[in-house]
Amino acid sequence: MRTTFLAGALALTGTIGAACAQDDVQDPHLARNLAATCASCHGAGGRSVFEPLLGQPRAKLLHTLDDFRTGKRDATIMHQIVRGYTDAQLELVADWFSRQKEDGGSE
Amino acid sequence: MTTHRRDFLRTFTAGAAALALPRLVFSATARPHVVVVGGGFGGATAARYLRMWSERSVEVTLIERESSFVSCPLSNLVIAGLQRMDDITLGYDRLHSHWGVRRVTDEAIGLDFGRRTVSTARHGAIPYDRLVLAPGVEMLSARIDGLSGQEDRIPHAWKAGVQTATLRRQLEAMPDGGVFAMSIPRAPYRCPPGPYERACLVAHYLRTRKPRSKVLVFDANAGIVAKQALFQQAFARYGDMIDYRPNSTLLGVDAATREAEFEFERVRADVLNPIPPMRAGNIAAAGGLALVNDAWVDVDWLTLGASGLPGVHVIGDAVFPAPGMPKSGHMANQHAKVAAAAILNELAGVPPNPTPVVMNTCYSFVDERAAMHVASVHQWDAGRSQLLPVPDAGGLSAAATAAEGRAALQWAHAIWADTLG
Repeated sequence: MRTTFLAGALALTGTIGAACAQDDVQDPHLARNLAATCASCHGAGGRSVFEPLLGQPRAKLLHTLDDFRTGKRDATIMHQIVRGYTDAQLELVADWFSRQKEDGGSE
Repeated sequence: MTTHRRDFLRTFTAGAAALALPRLVFSATARPHVVVVGGGFGGATAARYLRMWSERSVEVTLIERESSFVSCPLSNLVIAGLQRMDDITLGYDRLHSHWGVRRVTDEAIGLDFGRRTVSTARHGAIPYDRLVLAPGVEMLSARIDGLSGQEDRIPHAWKAGVQTATLRRQLEAMPDGGVFAMSIPRAPYRCPPGPYERACLVAHYLRTRKPRSKVLVFDANAGIVAKQALFQQAFARYGDMIDYRPNSTLLGVDAATREAEFEFERVRADVLNPIPPMRAGNIAAAGGLALVNDAWVDVDWLTLGASGLPGVHVIGDAVFPAPGMPKSGHMANQHAKVAAAAILNELAGVPPNPTPVVMNTCYSFVDERAAMHVASVHQWDAGRSQLLPVPDAGGLSAAATAAEGRAALQWAHAIWADTLG
């Protein structure tokens, strides 16, 4: 289920501009938009004073998010925030950040 | 990021050809022009993200009357003498130098939705293809007898800036044994926990330096509006110093004697800090936008579009809030991203994102080092056409801690960077 969704999302982000290939309407910039909700604290580009997300391996990001959700990893706030997103949304976010390169904040 | 650029342009041209939108010419010589009114957390974020996400293919003009950005978050620390004005004052330089946002330091005074122009005090009428209004709040001082025009003597300091420094000076000049009295308007108002944080931080300063003083908190609401149990604990730690009085609506003030009249009592203070009732920034009312409860702008939550006004988006504190949605800098920053995405989709002929998400984080300090938070995530509810808090997500701190105090300072620096580029 996870992989199917992600494959779909990747296919979609690879063909932005074409009509949505999936039956359920999904925004071509969905992953970017979801990641932007994290950027207020974690930065849209460049360095962040919090845990940097840019360019981190997708699996590592998903693992960390899961540890926040289960309480395996201590948090002041992330354990509450992570529960507000669906698994599919978290995968899109992790995938998005893993594909970004740190570039000193230009993007 | 080159793929991103190509993607955007491809979407852009495809959409333009398909829809052939009137008024917009998609060519190298006439790029779409978005005007953003207001350079707070919402407006500045919108300007930056419109440039970033369009790969600079959309022109953006930011109209803001102040020449620098003064952060409301952390401004209570300045009032308590724990931070300086310099620490919370930032420039708009990078929005211009790095992101290519055109800056107009001026006041927007009128809107012409037919001609699609914003009139300004000194720069004439500025045309737009799309408009983002982020006017923040207007203080309704006239609703309190004797308050209008007295901000230098009895500052609200609810917009960080000159009044923040004034209130700090007044506290420094206050004698030991003096009375600091503040009043809180009925909700909704900007920054729900902010007044209670201020009460704690002023009490912290007074306990340290002027321990015989009192902090009187007159709240028009029936009880503490945000982080109630946590603030009750925080107030209790200051013992008798903080005297909290709910159901106390401010009716009038006398700036000369610093007396305040409430429904059931009259008090004299050494430092008087009335936070007036508020509504959406003046340009919203002056521009003829419909106001809910004569105060806030009604928006379509999918796009932050002003109801009945195509091409006009309203974000931040000026908006009539969705259920459970606070008026905060963090939320304004998140509104801006939903609006920016919707505008760019629309310019490209793509429908708005059908599933927007926003989230909020808000820290409050209770003394010189400990802070506590409230957080929420708001997902699109298609049935109600609203952004609604996710029931089992978000929440409060268990207690105010020094670790969260450090996080609160980090949060401020992070969101300033995200907002101002």
